[in-house]
Amino acid sequence: MEELILRALSAGLLVAVITGPMGCFVIWQRMAYFGDTLAHSALLGIALSLLLAIDTNLTVLVGGICIALLLAWTESSSRIPLDTVLGMVAHVALAGGVILMGLTQQGQIDWLAYLFGDLLAVSWREVIQTALLGGVVLTTVVVCWRKFVALAVDRDLAQAEGLAVRRYQTLLLVLMAITATTAMQIVGVLLVTALLIIPAAAARQLANTPSQMAVYASIIGCLGVLAGVAASYFADIATGPAIVVASFAIYLLASLKRS
Amino acid sequence: MTDKLLELENVSITLSGRQIVRDVSFHVAAGQIVTLIGPNGAGKTTLVRAVLGLCAVSSGAIHSRRGLRVGYMPQRLHINRHMPLPVLQFLRLSGASREQVLTALAETGIERLHAAAMQNVSGGELQRILLARALLRNPQLLVLDEPVQGVDLSGQTELYDLITKVRNQHGCGVLMVSHDLQLVMATTDTVVCLNHHVCCHGHPDHVSNDPAFIELFGEQFARKLAVYHHDHDHEHDVHGDVVPGSDSGSHS
Repeated sequence: MEELILRALSAGLLVAVITGPMGCFVIWQRMAYFGDTLAHSALLGIALSLLLAIDTNLTVLVGGICIALLLAWTESSSRIPLDTVLGMVAHVALAGGVILMGLTQQGQIDWLAYLFGDLLAVSWREVIQTALLGGVVLTTVVVCWRKFVALAVDRDLAQAEGLAVRRYQTLLLVLMAITATTAMQIVGVLLVTALLIIPAAAARQLANTPSQMAVYASIIGCLGVLAGVAASYFADIATGPAIVVASFAIYLLASLKRS
Repeated sequence: MTDKLLELENVSITLSGRQIVRDVSFHVAAGQIVTLIGPNGAGKTTLVRAVLGLCAVSSGAIHSRRGLRVGYMPQRLHINRHMPLPVLQFLRLSGASREQVLTALAETGIERLHAAAMQNVSGGELQRILLARALLRNPQLLVLDEPVQGVDLSGQTELYDLITKVRNQHGCGVLMVSHDLQLVMATTDTVVCLNHHVCCHGHPDHVSNDPAFIELFGEQFARKLAVYHHDHDHEHDVHGDVVPGSDSGSHS
């Protein structure tokens, strides 16, 4: 197999493994907007890194974590509804990113690569970064699983039972930021939310317990990546969109099986 | 008194500029059932939330015994439809083992529900599941916010009897919010009648003759309450089957 494909598959599968459980939390806590906001803001990070000539992946990651912390703080103290805050942050960051990109001297920016991802262009270095970050996210989710689920079921009940609700919610948002910014490099800004919610939604059709849903979501995400990369290789279509469409096909099959 | 589990001392709570309760004082001792009653919007749930640490007190203080284990049964629970959550898994979120969960389910009379999805259980079953979750904390204090909400009348009596039984077996204190004055009176040691402030409080017989209580709930109602007895020679379990009357409820 070509090394190009091997790299793409490794990165894609690693991302799919973590977007599985994280996508479940997106669905359970109704956070679909949150992934969008992080992804849109990443464009600001990309523009900043180009302007200041610093590492893009690192800038995007740190920027995402900052936004997660900001949102965790806003969620508990703001008078403005959360979806409004998320919408504002997303689009102001997007607008700021576009303005900054205009200011950079590099006239030719590959917009499509940022918007839809370029899995076939990942380097081994990025694969290793993804593995490390994915390892951190997955380990934390497994260790804190019961607490995260208790939080998603009922926040008041969890807090009354002595769970440090704000701390764990903030931790979950930071993990979400790491996941979304990592996934963004694979499927692009516009398709991050799809990679989070479609496999999880498909898993919902088949699972009987929360942990089953998380594992199924990871597996379905991996199947989507395999199918998408294969389609991209053999039929020469864009990889990110191919992964999303393949995942959606699995979702449809799962829905059929349920009904 | 040294067996006080919880003591509220001149508690006032203001939420977004509106004073919800003012100057509330009462205590819950071990083995005692204290019931908060009062009209809608009287601040009962807010007070319970403050006891649980879910909302802050503006003035006064809430003292609880050091290391007090609290079991909380919320008024209602909205579980996201998109989370596949069987009863067993819901109860294990409290950190309990499978065996402990099955024991708690047996105690609340709903063993057969362990594999049912949380979204598919009835109102009465949900209340029992929530009670089981509270019991899994091995609580010294049970906090129950309208425990019989959405339960039919005979089911309500049964639930109150179950709560009394739990109190007797575990020796825990109970702080309970309720609208159902008639039913509550039979099983309660102390009634705290709340309408933003404490109108009156004491033993149910005493409270139902208190002028402040009569003013709040109407004379007719208070008279009905004073002569209220609940007696029956059989009961129905949660599945609707007739079972012999138990001695566990403190029927009066």
